[in-house]
Amino acid sequence: MEWEIVIGLEIHVQLATKSKIFSGASTAFGAPANTQACAIDLAMPGTLPTPNLEAFRSAVKFGLAMNAEIGKRSVFERKNYFYPDLPKGYQTTQLEAPIVGAGTVEISLPDGSTKSVRLHHAHLEEDAGKSLHDLFSSKSHGMSGIDLNRAGTPLIEIVTEPDMRSAAEAVAYLKKIHSIVTYLGISDGDMSQGSMRCDANVSVRLKGEEKLGTRAEIKNINSFRFVERAIKVEAERQIDILEDGGKVAQETRLYDSDKNETRSMRSKEVANDYRYFPCPDLLPVVLEDSFIEEIRKNLPELPDAKRERFEKDYGLSRYDAELLTQERASADYYEAVVKGCNEPKLAANWMTGELAALLNREELSIEQSPVSPGHLAGLIQRIQDGTISGKIAKQVFEAMAKGEGDADAVIEAKGLKQVSDTGAIEKMVDDVIAASAAQVENYRSADPDKRPKMMGFFVGQIMKASKGQANPKVINEILKKKLDALL
Amino acid sequence: MSVDSSEVTKLAELARIAISDETLQDVTERLGNVLELVDQLQLVDTAGIAPLAHPLDEVQRLRADDVTEQNQREAFQNIAPQVEDGLYLVPKVID
Repeated sequence: MEWEIVIGLEIHVQLATKSKIFSGASTAFGAPANTQACAIDLAMPGTLPTPNLEAFRSAVKFGLAMNAEIGKRSVFERKNYFYPDLPKGYQTTQLEAPIVGAGTVEISLPDGSTKSVRLHHAHLEEDAGKSLHDLFSSKSHGMSGIDLNRAGTPLIEIVTEPDMRSAAEAVAYLKKIHSIVTYLGISDGDMSQGSMRCDANVSVRLKGEEKLGTRAEIKNINSFRFVERAIKVEAERQIDILEDGGKVAQETRLYDSDKNETRSMRSKEVANDYRYFPCPDLLPVVLEDSFIEEIRKNLPELPDAKRERFEKDYGLSRYDAELLTQERASADYYEAVVKGCNEPKLAANWMTGELAALLNREELSIEQSPVSPGHLAGLIQRIQDGTISGKIAKQVFEAMAKGEGDADAVIEAKGLKQVSDTGAIEKMVDDVIAASAAQVENYRSADPDKRPKMMGFFVGQIMKASKGQANPKVINEILKKKLDALL
Repeated sequence: MSVDSSEVTKLAELARIAISDETLQDVTERLGNVLELVDQLQLVDTAGIAPLAHPLDEVQRLRADDVTEQNQREAFQNIAPQVEDGLYLVPKVID
């Protein structure tokens, strides 16, 4: 039997507004517990919410970037459930009339193909607070601690149709959304701090079957890697059940990354009846066409457009262009390097090669790169003008990474300048020929066709003698002349 | 439309309202009366009419994105039953 995995994602993205969605409390990350939870966030009696214009602007930006319909008239509803990190007893969200309607986004897959994923809708809502369960004092034994700083932070929840067919497609989609929200500047997209969280609806069906299987919802997956693993392990679990003749239960499950398994969250099942109704405290929000058009006019260049421009203007492959434009910061870094050295292909090679390896090794983001775009451009220029070879350049790069200055300073300090002085190279060539009588004899007696290949030995010896600094082109010219003179 | 006592029990649980066995019958009956009124309302033909989100024919005013609230944790926590290290304490809840 061949199974097909069907995946739909719900992504929560925290919007980077200064204040909360319904109150003037700060949303800054990392403040002491409950110092950013005001009377509205705490649901004190008599308080009323006032929506944040910037949250709407951010949601509209996102909708336009997804080619989606914009809900010019959107309505807030109450989703009712009881949990200590939700002081009002309901989450203010949108259901019938969300701010962003249907749209599509194109994703690129590892095999080089592309695929369209349909957006069902995206809506604005408020985040809940945080519960802390590991308190240690005797007074708090058997208690949970509640921090409501996060309560009321604006979120957009982005819901897809069940269009993805593998964990890899789900990850590609998640990365695309990450890329779009960070390009737009509406979120920092930091999954490790919970700025972006993902729930996955996963079901399986026999290949060729049209009817969808029963789905399980996996909650709160907090990294790209875990999304991939959680989906894979959940699909395997469901396939095992079905192949044993069992039935998959529709339920909410939690991914445990330590054990690499999903497990049922039974406690929430009973409460799974949210009794939505329009929030009487909030009037419908109506956006003017002029407001939406103003946002459309000011949208930044988005990842797809930038990738196409990189392919066209810089002659990059789709793969390289995709890699360099996935993050806005990398794309900006790349363009700064190209501006400094005018060598688009070399710049791409260095960024996807040495620089990527360095950042990966040191676990740094591109913004934290110890090698600035100016320094990398300077290095590429020195390769281009023949001051250093590509091989020496790697040495210079490592030195720049350690903060030893720009390319010229490192080349100077370490004496790495390529030797192109024919006199000096001629002497090295003579020395090597004199010390290699046997190889010279072989060369002389060899078939003329084979001689160019045999020169490699001499070039290697000379490079070694020059500590890699002799200009290979000059060596080749002089060596050939000298060897041919011995024939 | 009527409601039976098991539905009332479920609703009470969702709303975190305690209803004693003695009053359950009475509450069920009274809720049933309200629903009879709803039945009458539902006789009105509403085809083609968008649901009313709010009785006022006004639109929501939005607020500029400014931080206007100060930290008043101490005042709020003075009236909380139990706090520790700035956290509000509640009976333990775990999913």
